[in-house]
Amino acid sequence: MFNETVLKEIDEIKARYPDERSALLPSLYIAQKEFGWLSPKAMLCVAQTLNLPEAMVRGTASFYAMFKHKPMGRHVIQLCTNIACMILGAEKLVGFLKTTYGLEPNKTTADGRFSLVIMECIGACGTAPAMLINTDFYDNLTEKKIEDILGKYK
Amino acid sequence: MKTEKNDIKIKVCMGPGGIATGGADVIKVFKDDLASANIKAKIGKGCSLHKVGCFGLCARDVLVDVIVGKNKTTYQYVKPDMVPRIVKEHLIENNPVSEWTVGDDYYSFYNKQIKVVLSEFSEVDPEDIDTYTAVGGYEATKKVLTKFTPEKTIAIIKKSGIRGRGGAGFPTGVKWEICRKVESDQKFIICNADEGDPGAFMDRAVIEGNPHSVIEGMIIGAYAIGATKGYVYVRAEYPLAVERLTIAIKQARGKNLLGENILGTKFNFDVRLKLGAGAFVCGEETALIASIEGQRGMPRAKPPFPVHSGLWGKPTVINNVETLANVPYIIRKGADWFSSFGTEKSKGTKVFALTGKVKNTGLIEVPMGILLREIIYDIGGGIEGGKAFKAVQTGGPSGGCIPAELVDINVDYESLAKVGSIVGSGGMVVLDDTDCMVSIAKFFLEFTQAESCGKCVPCRVGTKRLLEILDRITAGKGREGDIELLEDLGNDIKLSSLCGLGQTAPNPILSTIKYFRHEYEAHIKEQKCPAKVCKDLIEYGILEEFCKGCGACLRVCPSKAITGEKKKPHIISVDVCIKCGACFDVCKFKAVKKE
Ligand SMILES: Cc1cc2nc3c(=O)[nH]c(=O)nc-3n(C[C@H](O)[C@H](O)[C@H](O)COP(=O)(O)O)c2cc1C
Ligand code: FES
Repeated sequence: MFNETVLKEIDEIKARYPDERSALLPSLYIAQKEFGWLSPKAMLCVAQTLNLPEAMVRGTASFYAMFKHKPMGRHVIQLCTNIACMILGAEKLVGFLKTTYGLEPNKTTADGRFSLVIMECIGACGTAPAMLINTDFYDNLTEKKIEDILGKYK
Repeated sequence: MKTEKNDIKIKVCMGPGGIATGGADVIKVFKDDLASANIKAKIGKGCSLHKVGCFGLCARDVLVDVIVGKNKTTYQYVKPDMVPRIVKEHLIENNPVSEWTVGDDYYSFYNKQIKVVLSEFSEVDPEDIDTYTAVGGYEATKKVLTKFTPEKTIAIIKKSGIRGRGGAGFPTGVKWEICRKVESDQKFIICNADEGDPGAFMDRAVIEGNPHSVIEGMIIGAYAIGATKGYVYVRAEYPLAVERLTIAIKQARGKNLLGENILGTKFNFDVRLKLGAGAFVCGEETALIASIEGQRGMPRAKPPFPVHSGLWGKPTVINNVETLANVPYIIRKGADWFSSFGTEKSKGTKVFALTGKVKNTGLIEVPMGILLREIIYDIGGGIEGGKAFKAVQTGGPSGGCIPAELVDINVDYESLAKVGSIVGSGGMVVLDDTDCMVSIAKFFLEFTQAESCGKCVPCRVGTKRLLEILDRITAGKGREGDIELLEDLGNDIKLSSLCGLGQTAPNPILSTIKYFRHEYEAHIKEQKCPAKVCKDLIEYGILEEFCKGCGACLRVCPSKAITGEKKKPHIISVDVCIKCGACFDVCKFKAVKKE
């Protein structure tokens, strides 16, 4: 089960809404932060805390791309390959991550350092290609630049 | 020469482009430098340093304005290590570092723009409410709450003629009026900040550049319709926008602009953030409501419309970020002022995200009805790298491609609809002759197919079938009749889908067929990709007469498909080649051919 602080946090969120279900998405975020990903156990905890059927929690969580259903690496590279990034070479960067780091989309490096998630547009199309690492933002990417940036994440 | 007690202002762009290119580092060096006693003494008093929202021209970031007295100098591509010289020569010796300042082309980027929503972007520090009130912020709130009835407020918005900037273009005043008239114990206003259209970042820039204008728009809207609670549904993919909104809401509460008895009146209203979780369809209003309610973000049939039955069944107005950000300016400056911009049916200005193959990519705001040519050539500076302008994609996955021949059309709701595209939320992706139109259509279909929520059959199955056809065309396996099949199926999906996603998903295909049918035909009949993009239809080879045997391609090839001795022409083994194009890009002698 969740610890006291998390339970309190979820209780506060519940109080804002007319029903418990409306607290589901924020609670899933909290659970994801607690467990690192939405493990079956994490979702069970959410279901119990909110008094919702487990299937409903799983069904909702699986709809949204930001909820992770496997363990993630220490740093999550979220690379945009959407239109503006695509026409400015994002596909090549995906190839570069594969050849240089052995990192493929939706996979994690063997040392658990990086996971790669392909993103839809992250709103940096004016300075494409772009990526987020965790919540840090980088754009005008080149292979060299990615190499330098990744060096900062141990 | 020493500058005496004049007012120095330094403004550093910290919009999406600026922050990524190191705006924070630039600010820090300025701050450290200015704090040093030695420099402080030399400059004298009165030097202020601000971070401001997007300057617009993201391609030149980091942009820094240095204002000494009445003279403004703009520096481009500023890096932290350039700051000390700017401080020394410009601030202390009063000699701007001319080699780093912007040229005339920078100003031509702004010449044809008219800024309403973006007007205070270079004045306001997005994390400081006082800088917003200093330029007239929250005056509209005060005016409305103390002087206008809700009805009068609605009348002004109606008169301004503003239409929703989220894509559908519904008149905002009318939407408010309908909701006002519905009786209910509780109403809601929701700001739609789920900006998901590929190639669009207007809403992100508005929130990150001037978050208080959005909150002020919500307060005014809430007062007009009679709502006491509001939500901003914002994408979790925009962490900075979330942070700045959180700060802005807190500051507004601190000044009694949100909360109970706002500004001493009887009006109560508060705003909360609600984070999206990465589903494009949640931008659709009924899906957005479902998502706030903790469900899968699936749209439902309308009517009932949200104005009658929205969040938790209560009357709800949903407006786009940019729509709301316009509201304070309309109240402050008047409906007539606003409607003096634009065309008869499309009033005001519109923010566009200009991206792709133009020289000046960035955020622009132009009067509705401006010529497409003016946007591409005057503001955008034409096509990058001297290539030919081919088309511009507007409206993202719901929109279409406008070919170069139509560059003289007006950009407004009606004119774009007439040629088979839409204004949409404001994405404009410029394409040149190296872009394959079939691939572009396929790209958008991949997107809509992946983002279809799966509730209705035409969208769930139909987009999949469309994509399969495009897949085989780009693989050189297209069949006679495929183009007609795409058209028929596309039109059926448009007519029978439940929500806007499916109803518009075929547009990128239909509009590219309309204007670039020959490209589809070349793929199908000749197995050729005229733009040389589709991997299955091209082959790389080496032009012996140009190859100097320098080995650059050999080193860069990830699949070791290139062999050859030094100083002798190399060879690409087509069986091993994965067609990544690395050799083509790296060769300085143009000795790699692509056919
Ligand atoms: C698939 C789909 C995605 C949408 N995404 C957005 C969006 O990201 N932002 C937005 O403001 N409106 C979006 N809309 C339009 C909204 O449903 C709604 O019309 C709009 O938020 C109303 O605000 P407005 O009248 O101020 O434009 C989307 C519609 C559809 C069908
Ligand atoms: S397309 Fe990549 S950030 Fe918009």
